[in-house]
Amino acid sequence: MNLAALEKLDRRWLFLIVGLLVLGPLLKPLGLPLGTSKPVKMFHDAVAGIPDGAIVLMSCDYDPGAKPEVVPMTRTAFRQLMEKRCRVVITCLWPGGSSLVDQTIESVANEMRAEGHDLVYGRDYVDLGYKAGYEAVMVLMGKGIANAFPQDQRANSTASLPLMRNVRDYSSFAMLVNISSGYPGTKEWVQQVNSRFHLPMVSGCTAVSAPEYYPYLQSGQLKGLLGGMAGAAEYEKLRGEKGAATKGMDAQSLAHAFIALCIIAGNVLQWRKRGARS
Amino acid sequence: MKRELPLLMTAVIGIFMILSFFVPHHLVGVPADYLQQCAVIVVAFGYVLGGANALRVNLEGIARRQPDWPYKLVLVVSLIATVVIGLADGRRWQEPGTASMFLYDRLYSPMQGTMFSLLAFFIASAAFRAFRIRTVEAGLLAAAALIVMLGRVPVGDALTSWLPESIRMSAFQEWIMNIPQNAAKRAILMGAAMGVMATGLRVILGIERSYLGGGD
Repeated sequence: MNLAALEKLDRRWLFLIVGLLVLGPLLKPLGLPLGTSKPVKMFHDAVAGIPDGAIVLMSCDYDPGAKPEVVPMTRTAFRQLMEKRCRVVITCLWPGGSSLVDQTIESVANEMRAEGHDLVYGRDYVDLGYKAGYEAVMVLMGKGIANAFPQDQRANSTASLPLMRNVRDYSSFAMLVNISSGYPGTKEWVQQVNSRFHLPMVSGCTAVSAPEYYPYLQSGQLKGLLGGMAGAAEYEKLRGEKGAATKGMDAQSLAHAFIALCIIAGNVLQWRKRGARS
Repeated sequence: MKRELPLLMTAVIGIFMILSFFVPHHLVGVPADYLQQCAVIVVAFGYVLGGANALRVNLEGIARRQPDWPYKLVLVVSLIATVVIGLADGRRWQEPGTASMFLYDRLYSPMQGTMFSLLAFFIASAAFRAFRIRTVEAGLLAAAALIVMLGRVPVGDALTSWLPESIRMSAFQEWIMNIPQNAAKRAILMGAAMGVMATGLRVILGIERSYLGGGD
């Protein structure tokens, strides 16, 4: 094999291979078997353990950049909560994310309505939308949710919504389900709300931020953790769904395998070059 | 006074906010709530300031015909157009079918997705060209990276399906995440927390003044 030619390989060939490896399984799934990890089971069980009909806070702190990873877990978590007849209050602390969150929630609600579920906005779920202020909003919500969010995402007065009449502050919630892709997100909710107001919480996050939250999982501050698209796919499997995350896992598998191959190939080339020199 | 007054305000408000955490009395709690609301308003103003600053910097670049001025022009036009369309749509700008939502769904959302998708391509290229194992530590890092990368996705277990479940790739990656990774991350978190506390104290005591601008 010509080492020099491989070393000078045009990177556009690598781009092409990655593109094909991602596109191929999306068009024709391979159906690789999917397992379930302990943090995902803990997430599922924690949500399943919420008393039916309880009020749950769901903070979706992301924007469209992380859509493939966090939207599937938002969908599955919201569906699980709705099937338990929990009442869900949704917030967003990312300026670019509130519309995506609203669309996601509404699309799940519409699917469930089509299946015969009786879901009413304002009674069963409320989207309070975006509020600027990062951690300050989290702390402010502890003094009163309507205080921090006087209007919802759809410009209704928060106080006029039937569900919000039963919501005062964090003590009104049975659990916080946080789906986040960075700052502000899970870390800030743990620091400002979980440890201060003792609200039990679970987290779904991007794969890149998951390692940062493992200490919180081990300490019991997080009752469960979904890491990236893999976490979302495992959660879908536990719920018996075949959503976007499950469909994307084959593509992600092949992309990971190719990147691993690139690391190995790059180093083998280097060692052979060194061997040839000496 | 130009420096002393902000330093005094920072010290008084900083000490007061720390106090509010420990003293559950309304004489402390009510003003602390008010200050938190002020913080939310200040952050909201930060966006206005950020927008104005982006306009100023980019308009200057266009006026001076800097090498990348066409990109700056696109940015300025997009920024102004988004604000004008948002204002024209009014309070219901986030409802389906509005021009603002068209911009969000058809431009903002795909562009953000594209930016993040590019990472996959560049990571593959960097893995091939830059991830060189030259030391034992780099070798350990590479081995851990390979195991976690493959163990997180179904292909890892598919490759090791002939092994007992407890020593398959996913079990190894779970061990790496739970034990060595967690230990290192916890140490970093504790170090960072102590750093934040030290910086906070330095700011309150007026030792750290870089946030005032203009150097010490």
